[in-house]
Amino acid sequence: MRKDYNLEKRKYVIGGFIIIIALIFIGRLFDLQLNDAKYKRSADSNAFLKKTVYPSRGLIYDRNGELVVYNQPAYDVMLIPRDVQSFDTLDFCHTLNITPDELLRRFADMRSSAGYSSYTPQRLIAQLSAQDYGRLQEKLYRFPGFFIQKRILRQYKHPTAPNVLGNIREVSQADIDRDDYYAAGDYTGDLGVEKSYERYLRGIKGVEILIRDARGRIQGRYENGANDVKPVSGRDLTLSLDIRLQEYAESLMTGKRGAVVAIEPATGEILCMVSTPGYDPRLLVGRERGKNYKALVNDERWPLFDRALMGAYPPGSTFKPTQGLILLQEGIIDLNTAYPCYHGYINGGLRVGCHAHGSPLPLKPALQTSCNAYFCWGFKAMIDRRSKYGSSAKAFEVWKNHLVAMGYGYKLGVDLPSESRGFLPNDRFYNKFYGEGHWSANTIISVSIGQGEILATPLQIANLGATIANRGFFRTPHVVKAIQDTVLPSSTDSLRYPGIERRHYEAVAEGMRMAVTGGTCRRAAIPDIEVCGKTGTAQNPHGKDHSAFMGFAPYQEPKIAVAVYVENGGWGATYGVPIGSLVMEKYLKGTIHPSRKGMETQMLNSSIFYNVPSSKKK
Amino acid sequence: MCPQARRSNDALEIFRNLDWPTIIIYMIMVLAGMVSIYAASYDFDDASMFAYTEFSGKQLRWIGLSLILGFVLLMVNSRIYETYAFPIYVALLILLLITPFVAHDIKGSRSWISLGAMSLQPAEFAKFATALALAKLFSGYHFVLNSSWKNYARAFLIIFLPIVLILAQNETGSALTFMSLFFVLYREGMSGLILFAAMFAVVIFVVDLKFADTLVVGVPTGEFAVLVMVVVVSIVMTALYTKRLQPVRNLLIWYALVGAGIAVADICGVDTPILTVMLGAIGVGTLYIAVLAFTRSKLWIPVCTALLATAFLFSVNAAFDKVLQPHQQMRIKVALGIVEDLRGTGYNVNQSKIAIGSGGFAGKGFLNGTQTKLKYVPEQHTDFIFCTIGEEEGFIGSAIVTLLFLALILRVIAIGERQPNTFTRVYAYCVASYFAFHFCINIGMVIGLCPVIGIPLPFFSYGGSSLWGFTILLFVLLRLDAARKQSL
Repeated sequence: MRKDYNLEKRKYVIGGFIIIIALIFIGRLFDLQLNDAKYKRSADSNAFLKKTVYPSRGLIYDRNGELVVYNQPAYDVMLIPRDVQSFDTLDFCHTLNITPDELLRRFADMRSSAGYSSYTPQRLIAQLSAQDYGRLQEKLYRFPGFFIQKRILRQYKHPTAPNVLGNIREVSQADIDRDDYYAAGDYTGDLGVEKSYERYLRGIKGVEILIRDARGRIQGRYENGANDVKPVSGRDLTLSLDIRLQEYAESLMTGKRGAVVAIEPATGEILCMVSTPGYDPRLLVGRERGKNYKALVNDERWPLFDRALMGAYPPGSTFKPTQGLILLQEGIIDLNTAYPCYHGYINGGLRVGCHAHGSPLPLKPALQTSCNAYFCWGFKAMIDRRSKYGSSAKAFEVWKNHLVAMGYGYKLGVDLPSESRGFLPNDRFYNKFYGEGHWSANTIISVSIGQGEILATPLQIANLGATIANRGFFRTPHVVKAIQDTVLPSSTDSLRYPGIERRHYEAVAEGMRMAVTGGTCRRAAIPDIEVCGKTGTAQNPHGKDHSAFMGFAPYQEPKIAVAVYVENGGWGATYGVPIGSLVMEKYLKGTIHPSRKGMETQMLNSSIFYNVPSSKKK
Repeated sequence: MCPQARRSNDALEIFRNLDWPTIIIYMIMVLAGMVSIYAASYDFDDASMFAYTEFSGKQLRWIGLSLILGFVLLMVNSRIYETYAFPIYVALLILLLITPFVAHDIKGSRSWISLGAMSLQPAEFAKFATALALAKLFSGYHFVLNSSWKNYARAFLIIFLPIVLILAQNETGSALTFMSLFFVLYREGMSGLILFAAMFAVVIFVVDLKFADTLVVGVPTGEFAVLVMVVVVSIVMTALYTKRLQPVRNLLIWYALVGAGIAVADICGVDTPILTVMLGAIGVGTLYIAVLAFTRSKLWIPVCTALLATAFLFSVNAAFDKVLQPHQQMRIKVALGIVEDLRGTGYNVNQSKIAIGSGGFAGKGFLNGTQTKLKYVPEQHTDFIFCTIGEEEGFIGSAIVTLLFLALILRVIAIGERQPNTFTRVYAYCVASYFAFHFCINIGMVIGLCPVIGIPLPFFSYGGSSLWGFTILLFVLLRLDAARKQSL
């Protein structure tokens, strides 16, 4: 046995080393746990339950201050799974009028949902009725871990204009990724102004900070609510729609597919915008939303398809005023230029039919009688005038640019989602189709009477009416007139000039006035009001002709411009003219003149039988 | 006493001589460990602490088996450990050698051998075998470590063989544990200078890396500070080894002059290559000590220290970038507070600091920890178990655990020192070194003082291998200690 006492002293070095380390550790623990509040704060974020307080969504009024869309509270039953203790399931089921099986199923659904975590609030049952809510609220203390989240649902005082109003839906993951305002379970606007004015309507969410103990029981509000953030209510919208006019126009369109758009010419405010078949916006509220939405998507009549904005139709004869304007502006014709019509336009083996009227005619009577031949001759004169334009292609480009300036071929920029731009061909389109230099005015003559390749939305047609009513300018059509406490985002104040002289518009307006007094639009005449109008009867590959009307009233200082488009309605005078004039009369006078009651009843009660499923119209 | 009677009293004798304070500390730690594991893996919907499906329930089985194992170890004749030390060591080496070939890949490491329902980590048991082998080497007849370099070679061989084999399993943490055995060599006569050199190297490494990005008098703060330390160390060493005033005074004057020159140059804004000036000054100072060393050979020590330290300083960055893997570099930088990286490498440590820091003085109470319950801290029931204690039992609880470890280690050292034979003493120091290493690195990592190295906290962390490994280490020591009076 050896014992080296010199080396034995080294135990003090080793022991001392360990003691120093232990002291350093204790010092560090002291620093972390007693000195530095930072770590405590970080951990606190878990000990507090942050409850979202949803703001009240902005209300929607019509142009006369009539309430259209309002809020109704709904109550979601929420729970934090880890805080739930064993509870009287039967009592719970009885309170909410559900069966125990239903409860088990809902728990299973909740667990299998995508964002499930046992530490965060989960929704067990959505949108309780007020009665169920009342009963549950009283007994809530018996069910630890459960709480009630107040939500906002939309309710409709006037269940109309679903295409304009839109609705709200729960946010998708894509919404959450796109905009960090949203969290799972939030609602956002879908379609209509609910979507396009979402930022104004939604308001700002608030937070209520609650303290919970280790068992998840809410012990009260943190510092008496000093750190809570109050929600900011959404801004109210005032629509430019006249909701009663909207309802009236919808009733006139009952049983017919198509659209009615009315615009106040001076302001560009849309007074009504009907797309039929429509649907009751209340279908897309509440617990049945998903089921109903699916049914609407699958409906072969396309009720979700907003024909007023997205329907691109051949404008037919409603297009003729544009032709008169272009020909006058380009100096191809003057008001005395007359073209012959032998029951149509007959040139180079081509014949475009027309109905019986005097011949030859200048522009105004040609508009009055809707003479096809006149506009074909005029178009041919312009497109073939190489002395002025150099080539047909260049002439056509000039022609097309005039139409673009009038609002055709591109989106007008209405304040609603998913507007269609219609279609305007250009020279490249024809070069590709026929070959360069292989087409002339006669090849494409049908565009001059709003047929052929030309497509326009009812909104664009109504906008033409507004432009003629204004004698040469328009404002971007819009459906929202005002936003509470703020200014409208888009510049609807600026006037848009198509660049055609006012006197030409006066001439066209007079022609349209003559169509009502003694032409194709005689049924549009309203006692005491000078109405101007233009019929349209558009051939199409889907069966019977579409019936269209474009007009405005009064002749001087117009207050309303309207476009009506009824799919497969036949002559423009059959549906388009009566519906358009009734809408104008209703708006201008408030009531329908007794002499026109028969026509009104006829429109209210007539239906068109469609044996082909609707498709996106061409 | 006749031999017959003596044998029948063997068991009684062992229990009478058993070191009960150690057993009590052991029992407290193991049970506290199980409770902590239960708290760490507690989930609202889940069952009791004792259910076998829970980590705590499983740990209870391991604890039960450990106690049986401990009892068996106490009943075994104490001499077999000394007798079979080398065979046991060789057997474990062979096991370590084959482990990577039969083990499954778990998180990149091939260190687990599965035996039916359970898996064991041979590396945990290699600690025991290596301790036996080292003790056996030192207890050899007339073995004096300092008598020959061959003795050093033998000791190093015993330590480094398992390190190499465990590194091959990609278990860096476990392998590093064996480095703690240098404390044993120190206790048995290895020069303290080696420990000093190792620590000085660590200090240079840390200071240089941590303060690399700031400048003082135009030199990176880290390098400046290290060079100043080199100056101080060489002066202190010269003082210690000459015990004369004059050389110390000369050195002090020299370095003071250089320092003043640097300060004046800096204030006047003269553009001087200060780093070169400092190195030159150290060169001159060291040369002066070297001249003195021809008459007083011990002065070669400060000369070598200065030269090696300076060389190390300028190679440390290259070594850091080339030798260490990126994740290891990152862990070191996080521990030194050079980078934060709260979402990546720094995440564990930051969350663990939040959990511990939020515990406050008395903690949030058993099962009330929000951080640990919300599973913010990964590996909470294993390597980061100390978080749960810190959060739920607060400063009091974590300080008590720290002190328990201190008590255990000091107790083991005391047991070692009271041994009449070298074998048990060296073995005891091995045990103390292992515990000290795990204690320092694990708790240091959890409270953000050391880089993250995945080694368990003895008796607390979940896992059978580690519990069994440490139990064997401790109970064999207790058995050897209980026999100390027999060998008198």
